[in-house]
Amino acid sequence: MGIISRGFSGRRSAADAKLPPGQYLTTDFPVLSAGPTPHIPLDQWEFVIDDGTDILRRWNWKSFRDLPTETFTVDVHCVTRWSKLGTFWEGVSLDTILADVKTDASYAMARSYGDYTTNLPLKDLMNNQAWIAFRFDNKDLAPEHGGPARLLVPHLYLWKSAKWVRGVTLMHKDKPGFWESLGYHIYGDPWREQRYSGDE
Amino acid sequence: MNSHTCHYEYLDGNAAAGELSNIFTMDVTAAKGQCAHCGATKRFAEAHVYMQAPGIVARCAVCEHVILRFVTTRQRVFLDLRGMTCLILDTSQLIDSGQ
Ligand SMILES: [Zn+2]
Repeated sequence: MGIISRGFSGRRSAADAKLPPGQYLTTDFPVLSAGPTPHIPLDQWEFVIDDGTDILRRWNWKSFRDLPTETFTVDVHCVTRWSKLGTFWEGVSLDTILADVKTDASYAMARSYGDYTTNLPLKDLMNNQAWIAFRFDNKDLAPEHGGPARLLVPHLYLWKSAKWVRGVTLMHKDKPGFWESLGYHIYGDPWREQRYSGDE
Repeated sequence: MNSHTCHYEYLDGNAAAGELSNIFTMDVTAAKGQCAHCGATKRFAEAHVYMQAPGIVARCAVCEHVILRFVTTRQRVFLDLRGMTCLILDTSQLIDSGQ
Protein backbone atom coordinates (compact mmCIF):
# COMPACT_ATOMS: atom_id res chain seq x y z
CA MET A 1 0.00 0.00 0.00
CA GLY A 2 1.47 3.25 -1.06
CA ILE A 3 0.88 6.65 0.28
CA ILE A 4 0.70 9.11 -2.56
CA SER A 5 1.92 12.55 -1.82
CA ARG A 6 -0.15 15.22 -3.49
CA GLY A 7 2.98 17.30 -3.73
CA PHE A 8 4.31 15.05 -6.48
CA SER A 9 1.26 15.18 -8.71
CA GLY A 10 2.45 18.35 -10.43
CA ARG A 11 -1.14 19.34 -11.18
CA ARG A 12 -3.45 21.41 -9.11
CA SER A 13 -6.97 20.25 -8.48
CA ALA A 14 -9.70 22.47 -7.14
CA ALA A 15 -9.12 21.00 -3.71
CA ASP A 16 -5.45 21.97 -3.54
CA ALA A 17 -5.80 25.27 -5.24
CA LYS A 18 -4.65 28.16 -3.17
CA LEU A 19 -6.91 31.09 -3.85
CA PRO A 20 -6.66 34.70 -2.68
CA PRO A 21 -8.96 35.49 0.26
CA GLY A 22 -12.66 35.74 -0.57
CA GLN A 23 -12.32 34.14 -4.01
CA TYR A 24 -14.00 31.03 -5.40
CA LEU A 25 -12.81 28.81 -8.22
CA THR A 26 -14.52 28.83 -11.61
CA THR A 27 -13.72 26.76 -14.67
CA ASP A 28 -15.61 28.84 -17.23
CA PHE A 29 -14.56 32.35 -18.17
CA PRO A 30 -17.25 34.86 -17.17
CA VAL A 31 -17.60 37.88 -19.45
CA LEU A 32 -17.66 41.16 -17.55
CA SER A 33 -18.36 44.34 -19.39
CA ALA A 34 -19.14 47.96 -18.55
CA GLY A 35 -20.11 48.87 -22.09
CA PRO A 36 -20.70 47.68 -25.63
CA THR A 37 -18.03 45.32 -26.99
CA PRO A 38 -15.90 47.24 -29.48
CA HIS A 39 -15.10 45.45 -32.72
CA ILE A 40 -11.83 46.87 -33.98
CA PRO A 41 -10.70 45.89 -37.50
CA LEU A 42 -7.03 44.92 -37.40
CA ASP A 43 -6.16 47.43 -40.13
CA GLN A 44 -7.46 50.22 -37.85
CA TRP A 45 -5.99 48.92 -34.58
CA GLU A 46 -3.12 50.76 -32.99
CA PHE A 47 -1.28 50.79 -29.71
CA VAL A 48 0.29 54.01 -28.46
CA ILE A 49 2.61 54.86 -25.58
CA ASP A 50 2.38 58.54 -24.67
CA ASP A 51 3.33 60.80 -21.78
CA GLY A 52 0.08 62.78 -21.75
CA THR A 53 1.46 65.29 -24.24
CA ASP A 54 3.59 63.53 -26.81
CA ILE A 55 3.40 60.14 -28.46
CA LEU A 56 6.50 58.17 -27.51
CA ARG A 57 5.90 54.96 -29.47
CA ARG A 58 3.19 53.75 -31.81
CA TRP A 59 2.48 50.34 -33.34
CA ASN A 60 -0.06 49.21 -35.88
CA TRP A 61 -1.19 45.59 -35.85
CA LYS A 62 1.54 44.49 -38.25
CA SER A 63 4.42 46.16 -36.41
CA PHE A 64 2.98 44.99 -33.08
CA ARG A 65 2.83 41.40 -34.34
CA ASP A 66 6.42 41.67 -35.53
CA LEU A 67 7.49 42.04 -31.88
CA PRO A 68 8.76 38.91 -30.11
CA THR A 69 5.94 37.08 -28.30
CA GLU A 70 5.75 34.83 -25.26
CA THR A 71 3.32 32.18 -24.12
CA PHE A 72 2.46 32.12 -20.44
CA THR A 73 0.16 30.34 -18.02
CA VAL A 74 -1.29 32.45 -15.21
CA ASP A 75 -4.07 32.50 -12.63
CA VAL A 76 -6.56 35.36 -12.91
CA HIS A 77 -8.64 36.82 -10.09
CA CYS A 78 -11.73 38.97 -10.66
CA VAL A 79 -12.89 41.40 -7.97
CA THR A 80 -16.41 39.96 -8.40
CA ARG A 81 -14.88 36.97 -6.53
CA TRP A 82 -14.22 34.36 -9.19
CA SER A 83 -10.72 33.05 -9.91
CA LYS A 84 -9.65 30.99 -12.89
CA LEU A 85 -6.43 29.00 -12.65
CA GLY A 86 -3.91 28.02 -15.28
CA THR A 87 -5.12 30.25 -18.13
CA PHE A 88 -2.91 29.98 -21.22
CA TRP A 89 -2.10 33.08 -23.28
CA GLU A 90 0.17 34.43 -25.95
CA GLY A 91 1.23 38.05 -25.97
CA VAL A 92 3.97 40.64 -26.07
CA SER A 93 5.65 41.45 -22.77
CA LEU A 94 5.36 45.06 -21.61
CA ASP A 95 9.13 44.82 -21.05
CA THR A 96 9.44 44.53 -24.83
CA ILE A 97 6.92 47.34 -25.42
CA LEU A 98 8.68 49.68 -22.98
CA ALA A 99 12.25 48.67 -23.82
CA ASP A 100 13.09 51.79 -25.86
CA VAL A 101 10.89 54.21 -23.92
CA LYS A 102 12.87 56.69 -21.88
CA THR A 103 10.77 57.97 -18.98
CA ASP A 104 11.00 59.05 -15.38
CA ALA A 105 7.25 58.48 -14.88
CA SER A 106 6.15 56.26 -11.97
CA TYR A 107 2.55 55.51 -12.98
CA ALA A 108 0.64 54.37 -16.01
CA MET A 109 -2.93 54.70 -17.24
CA ALA A 110 -4.04 51.92 -19.57
CA ARG A 111 -6.55 53.18 -22.14
CA SER A 112 -9.00 51.09 -24.12
CA TYR A 113 -11.22 51.27 -27.16
CA GLY A 114 -14.60 52.09 -25.62
CA ASP A 115 -12.96 54.64 -23.29
CA TYR A 116 -12.23 52.36 -20.34
CA THR A 117 -9.21 53.32 -18.25
CA THR A 118 -7.31 51.74 -15.37
CA ASN A 119 -4.25 53.00 -13.50
CA LEU A 120 -1.28 51.14 -12.09
CA PRO A 121 2.29 51.79 -11.00
CA LEU A 122 4.64 51.59 -13.98
CA LYS A 123 6.82 49.03 -12.17
CA ASP A 124 3.83 46.65 -12.13
CA LEU A 125 3.94 46.65 -15.93
CA MET A 126 7.62 45.69 -15.89
CA ASN A 127 9.77 42.72 -14.88
CA ASN A 128 7.84 40.00 -16.68
CA GLN A 129 4.55 40.75 -14.90
CA ALA A 130 2.41 42.20 -17.71
CA TRP A 131 1.61 41.48 -21.34
CA ILE A 132 -0.45 42.69 -24.27
CA ALA A 133 -2.21 39.39 -24.94
CA PHE A 134 -3.76 38.53 -28.29
CA ARG A 135 -4.30 34.76 -28.03
CA PHE A 136 -6.09 32.75 -25.36
CA ASP A 137 -6.23 28.95 -25.27
CA ASN A 138 -4.48 28.77 -28.68
CA LYS A 139 -7.15 30.89 -30.36
CA ASP A 140 -7.23 34.54 -31.36
CA LEU A 141 -8.60 36.49 -28.42
CA ALA A 142 -12.38 36.86 -28.84
CA PRO A 143 -13.85 40.38 -28.71
CA GLU A 144 -15.85 39.60 -25.54
CA HIS A 145 -12.59 38.71 -23.78
CA GLY A 146 -10.86 41.86 -25.00
CA GLY A 147 -9.66 41.00 -28.51
CA PRO A 148 -7.90 41.88 -30.69
CA ALA A 149 -5.61 42.53 -27.71
CA ARG A 150 -5.91 43.15 -24.00
CA LEU A 151 -3.61 44.06 -21.19
CA LEU A 152 -2.92 41.19 -18.81
CA VAL A 153 -1.51 41.96 -15.35
CA PRO A 154 -2.41 38.77 -13.49
CA HIS A 155 -0.93 39.71 -10.11
CA LEU A 156 -3.62 42.40 -9.74
CA TYR A 157 -7.43 42.04 -9.84
CA LEU A 158 -8.60 41.50 -13.40
CA TRP A 159 -10.21 44.95 -13.78
CA LYS A 160 -6.59 46.18 -14.15
CA SER A 161 -6.16 43.94 -17.21
CA ALA A 162 -7.88 46.34 -19.59
CA LYS A 163 -9.71 44.66 -22.46
CA TRP A 164 -9.43 46.22 -25.96
CA VAL A 165 -6.33 48.07 -24.86
CA ARG A 166 -5.21 50.83 -27.23
CA GLY A 167 -2.42 52.43 -25.28
CA VAL A 168 -0.68 53.41 -22.09
CA THR A 169 -0.21 56.96 -20.84
CA LEU A 170 2.81 57.42 -18.58
CA MET A 171 2.18 59.70 -15.59
CA HIS A 172 4.28 61.29 -12.85
CA LYS A 173 1.32 61.34 -10.44
CA ASP A 174 -1.11 58.48 -9.89
CA LYS A 175 -4.65 59.13 -11.10
CA PRO A 176 -7.68 56.84 -10.67
CA GLY A 177 -9.15 55.07 -13.70
CA PHE A 178 -12.76 54.05 -14.46
CA TRP A 179 -13.39 51.82 -11.41
CA GLU A 180 -10.70 53.28 -9.16
CA SER A 181 -12.58 56.61 -9.21
CA LEU A 182 -15.77 54.94 -8.00
CA GLY A 183 -14.89 53.03 -4.87
CA TYR A 184 -12.44 50.42 -6.10
CA HIS A 185 -8.92 50.16 -4.73
CA ILE A 186 -6.20 52.28 -6.32
CA TYR A 187 -3.81 49.25 -6.51
CA GLY A 188 -5.93 46.07 -6.27
CA ASP A 189 -3.73 43.25 -4.95
CA PRO A 190 -5.98 40.15 -4.66
CA TRP A 191 -3.67 38.49 -2.08
CA ARG A 192 -4.16 41.47 0.24
CA GLU A 193 -7.85 41.63 -0.73
CA GLN A 194 -7.58 45.24 -1.86
CA ARG A 195 -11.05 45.39 -3.41
CA TYR A 196 -12.33 48.78 -2.35
CA SER A 197 -10.81 52.17 -1.63
CA GLY A 198 -9.97 52.23 2.06
CA ASP A 199 -8.92 48.56 2.16
CA GLU A 200 -5.42 48.30 3.65
CA MET B 1 -23.47 31.04 -20.33
CA ASN B 2 -21.58 29.92 -23.38
CA SER B 3 -19.17 32.63 -24.39
CA HIS B 4 -19.16 31.53 -28.03
CA THR B 5 -22.87 31.51 -28.72
CA CYS B 6 -24.90 33.82 -26.56
CA HIS B 7 -23.96 36.67 -24.31
CA TYR B 8 -26.23 39.61 -23.80
CA GLU B 9 -24.60 42.99 -23.67
CA TYR B 10 -27.05 45.19 -21.83
CA LEU B 11 -30.41 45.30 -20.08
CA ASP B 12 -32.81 48.24 -19.96
CA GLY B 13 -32.90 50.79 -17.15
CA ASN B 14 -35.46 48.80 -15.17
CA ALA B 15 -32.72 46.28 -14.37
CA ALA B 16 -31.11 48.88 -12.10
CA ALA B 17 -34.39 49.73 -10.33
CA GLY B 18 -33.77 47.52 -7.32
CA GLU B 19 -30.29 48.85 -6.57
CA LEU B 20 -31.30 52.47 -7.15
CA SER B 21 -34.37 52.13 -4.91
CA ASN B 22 -31.93 51.60 -2.03
CA ILE B 23 -30.77 55.20 -2.35
CA PHE B 24 -33.60 57.11 -4.07
CA THR B 25 -37.02 57.39 -2.45
CA MET B 26 -38.56 58.03 -5.88
CA ASP B 27 -38.60 55.68 -8.85
CA VAL B 28 -35.62 56.77 -10.93
CA THR B 29 -36.51 54.51 -13.83
CA ALA B 30 -39.61 56.67 -14.47
CA ALA B 31 -37.48 59.83 -14.39
CA LYS B 32 -36.07 61.51 -17.46
CA GLY B 33 -32.37 62.14 -17.75
CA GLN B 34 -30.45 64.37 -20.11
CA CYS B 35 -27.21 62.94 -21.48
CA ALA B 36 -24.28 65.26 -20.82
CA HIS B 37 -22.58 64.10 -24.00
CA CYS B 38 -25.23 64.25 -26.76
CA GLY B 39 -28.03 66.14 -25.00
CA ALA B 40 -30.69 63.50 -25.61
CA THR B 41 -33.42 63.45 -22.95
CA LYS B 42 -34.80 59.96 -22.37
CA ARG B 43 -36.58 58.05 -19.67
CA PHE B 44 -34.01 56.26 -17.50
CA ALA B 45 -35.86 53.02 -18.23
CA GLU B 46 -34.60 53.30 -21.81
CA ALA B 47 -30.94 53.48 -20.78
CA HIS B 48 -28.60 50.60 -21.62
CA VAL B 49 -27.57 49.04 -18.33
CA TYR B 50 -24.50 46.83 -17.90
CA MET B 51 -24.75 44.73 -14.75
CA GLN B 52 -22.06 42.06 -15.40
CA ALA B 53 -19.30 44.30 -14.11
CA PRO B 54 -17.73 45.41 -10.82
CA GLY B 55 -20.56 47.96 -10.62
CA ILE B 56 -23.66 49.06 -12.52
CA VAL B 57 -23.06 51.20 -15.59
CA ALA B 58 -25.95 52.92 -17.39
CA ARG B 59 -25.33 54.35 -20.83
CA CYS B 60 -27.28 56.76 -23.04
CA ALA B 61 -29.47 54.81 -25.46
CA VAL B 62 -28.54 57.27 -28.21
CA CYS B 63 -24.75 57.78 -27.93
CA GLU B 64 -23.68 55.01 -25.46
CA HIS B 65 -21.79 57.43 -23.20
CA VAL B 66 -21.95 56.68 -19.49
CA ILE B 67 -24.82 58.52 -17.75
CA LEU B 68 -24.71 56.77 -14.37
CA ARG B 69 -22.33 54.54 -12.45
CA PHE B 70 -23.12 52.82 -9.20
CA VAL B 71 -20.83 50.78 -6.95
CA THR B 72 -21.68 49.13 -3.65
CA THR B 73 -18.66 48.45 -1.44
CA ARG B 74 -18.64 46.94 2.04
CA GLN B 75 -20.14 49.93 3.85
CA ARG B 76 -20.57 52.60 1.20
CA VAL B 77 -22.35 53.32 -2.04
CA PHE B 78 -20.64 55.32 -4.78
CA LEU B 79 -22.85 57.11 -7.30
CA ASP B 80 -21.54 58.99 -10.33
CA LEU B 81 -24.10 61.11 -12.20
CA ARG B 82 -21.75 63.42 -14.06
CA GLY B 83 -22.87 61.93 -17.37
CA MET B 84 -26.31 63.47 -16.85
CA THR B 85 -26.77 67.22 -17.00
CA CYS B 86 -30.24 66.92 -15.51
CA LEU B 87 -32.44 64.28 -13.92
CA ILE B 88 -36.14 65.15 -13.99
CA LEU B 89 -38.36 63.35 -11.47
CA ASP B 90 -42.14 63.43 -11.73
CA THR B 91 -43.66 64.36 -8.36
CA SER B 92 -47.30 64.52 -9.50
CA GLN B 93 -48.02 61.10 -8.05
CA LEU B 94 -46.55 62.10 -4.69
CA ILE B 95 -48.69 65.24 -4.53
CA ASP B 96 -51.84 63.35 -5.54
CA SER B 97 -51.34 60.69 -2.91
CA GLY B 98 -50.68 63.33 -0.28
CA GLN B 99 -54.07 64.97 -0.74
ZN1 LIG C 1 -26.05 60.58 -25.26
